[in-house]
Amino acid sequence: MTETIVVDDIAKSYGQCKAVDGVSLSVTEGEFFGILGPNGAGKTTTLEILEGLRRPDQGNVELFGHSPWPRNPRLLTRIGVQLQTSAFFERLTAREQIRAFASLYGVKAAKADAMLETVGLTDKANTRTEQLSGGQTQRLSIACTLVHDPELVFLDEPTAALDPQARRNLWDLLGGINASGRTVVLTTHYMDEAETLCDRVAIMDAGKILRIGAPAALVRELDRTVRVTLAHGTLSEADAAELPGAQGVTDDDVCLTITTSEPTTLLTALVERRALTDLGVKGATLEDVFLELTGREYRA
Amino acid sequence: MSGFLILSRILALGFIRDKTSVFFTILFPLMFLVLFGALFSSDGTSKAEVVQIGDVMALDDLPAPARAELTESLTLTKRDGALQGPLAKLREGDYDAVISEKGNQLVVYYSQADSVRSAAVRGVLESVVDNANLTAAGAAPLYELTARQVEDESIQPIQYQTPGLLGWAISMSAVFGAALTLVEWRRRKILRRLRLAPVSLSAVIGARVGVSIAISLVQGVIFVGVAMLPLFGLQLSGQWWLAVPLIVCGTLAFLAIGMLAGSFAKTAEGASGISNLIVLPMAFLSGAFFPMDAAPAWLRTVAEIFPLKHLVESTRDVLVRGADFAAVMPDMALLLAFAIIAAGIAVSLFRWDDV
Repeated sequence: MTETIVVDDIAKSYGQCKAVDGVSLSVTEGEFFGILGPNGAGKTTTLEILEGLRRPDQGNVELFGHSPWPRNPRLLTRIGVQLQTSAFFERLTAREQIRAFASLYGVKAAKADAMLETVGLTDKANTRTEQLSGGQTQRLSIACTLVHDPELVFLDEPTAALDPQARRNLWDLLGGINASGRTVVLTTHYMDEAETLCDRVAIMDAGKILRIGAPAALVRELDRTVRVTLAHGTLSEADAAELPGAQGVTDDDVCLTITTSEPTTLLTALVERRALTDLGVKGATLEDVFLELTGREYRA
Repeated sequence: MSGFLILSRILALGFIRDKTSVFFTILFPLMFLVLFGALFSSDGTSKAEVVQIGDVMALDDLPAPARAELTESLTLTKRDGALQGPLAKLREGDYDAVISEKGNQLVVYYSQADSVRSAAVRGVLESVVDNANLTAAGAAPLYELTARQVEDESIQPIQYQTPGLLGWAISMSAVFGAALTLVEWRRRKILRRLRLAPVSLSAVIGARVGVSIAISLVQGVIFVGVAMLPLFGLQLSGQWWLAVPLIVCGTLAFLAIGMLAGSFAKTAEGASGISNLIVLPMAFLSGAFFPMDAAPAWLRTVAEIFPLKHLVESTRDVLVRGADFAAVMPDMALLLAFAIIAAGIAVSLFRWDDV
């Protein structure tokens, strides 16, 4: 497999603050790669170094075998970058905006209009970008990123500050963009987003990568107990504690929750007793992995 | 299309659609033209108010032509009664002089509050008295004074105002345009986005320069066009078209100032503040609004460093004073030199990004 991105031990400090502290990773062609971390983990700085916007204090970056720093015009046409803030020209309509970006890359207006259609903004083509909603702005921004058909796409927190509908809507769009064999690197602090979209994720905190792997593999590694919930009154707390495989039981007068590391045994026992009212089974998620790795303390 | 043309089009569209900037670039300076045109529509000073108490032989007996000449520079009101009332008003500044006759003495009361005007009134009245004396002596005057204005009869304050206000308008739009584009494009990450696209820095700067020059020339055409309306009556002298290269050179100098301001400022508010701080004092000191002849010498020396001073002087020379290329070439060279040095500093301070 071809490595599209190879990062070798990069670091970047701003004064005393080590934003990126020895990051190494590689992304293969066609992969959807996520960088996951809390605010201030160094995700954006890492991405900016990969994009060639910043020079690392140490270490090496290669995109398609070339260094992105200093500004490399031949790489620029092969990569597409969506910035954290949507960088649009003032007082242009959606169509003018995407056509402007298209023409900067030498792409025809018809292609730009088609891309607008792809992201479902044709009916907003004559609307000024200032008047678009948050979700529409992000879709336009992604369309502008993809208009020159880049082989490698960087997306920096594309769904930050969107409402749930707009996020789901954008996921559908994002899920499709590497269908054509494109390589995508995405940063996010949403676990569900990374689980849904990414082939592999790197969990980052305090400038370091803590773990890299497929989301499912990371969750499995965590070896967390499974939580089984039933409607209150289905079983008494005492009966529940007697069940095979049950490790802990709590009842908050709404739900009875049983934790177990042998869900099969426990569930079979529940089926035998026909005690299945409002059954819910919740395994560990990437969020648990994330919290396990980065801790629960609040950070700004 | 090249990056330069694309970005030029984007900037031009953004400008035309921004009603505020169109207002401040075109209409706002025109408002000043109308205002200044009205303020200075006469010869610039109003007539002196002079009150005459009771009969004054020297004035009352003036022949009609001499009287007409007198009333051209002052309005004479005849009052009867006590001196006290008008004198109090003179002290308050309502009148410029009060005249009364005591026997053969013509007494002029004046206030030192406006020394120039009171001196003028005294001068006028002295000549009236002298003439009256000559007439009384039956002697014909030996010398005669004929006054002639050196400029063309048509010279009007508009001839002075148009180049000044045009220069101010151009400096304002170029300085603000460059500073705000730089700051806003940096703050909105447009510069960063362009850095990631196959566009050169020279295309980015070139587009701003091109659009600003176009705006300046449009300002020039509209301004001179409006000033030439019969209402204002601007008349252009021979090589007026030399104003075009002058405006281009001036715009380059102001763009460089704007780029410098944009390099230091982080926000649009900051950029406008710095731009105002430069443009307003520059406009006053450069004689864009009114002549600096009366200003102290050191202040006029300070004004020499401003490109606007050279732009205003030289456009005035070519637009209304009939100067030729050789006469304005030094100013043109100065403007270009200023532009090159300031732009050089601005480019060295250029940042694609905030951080």
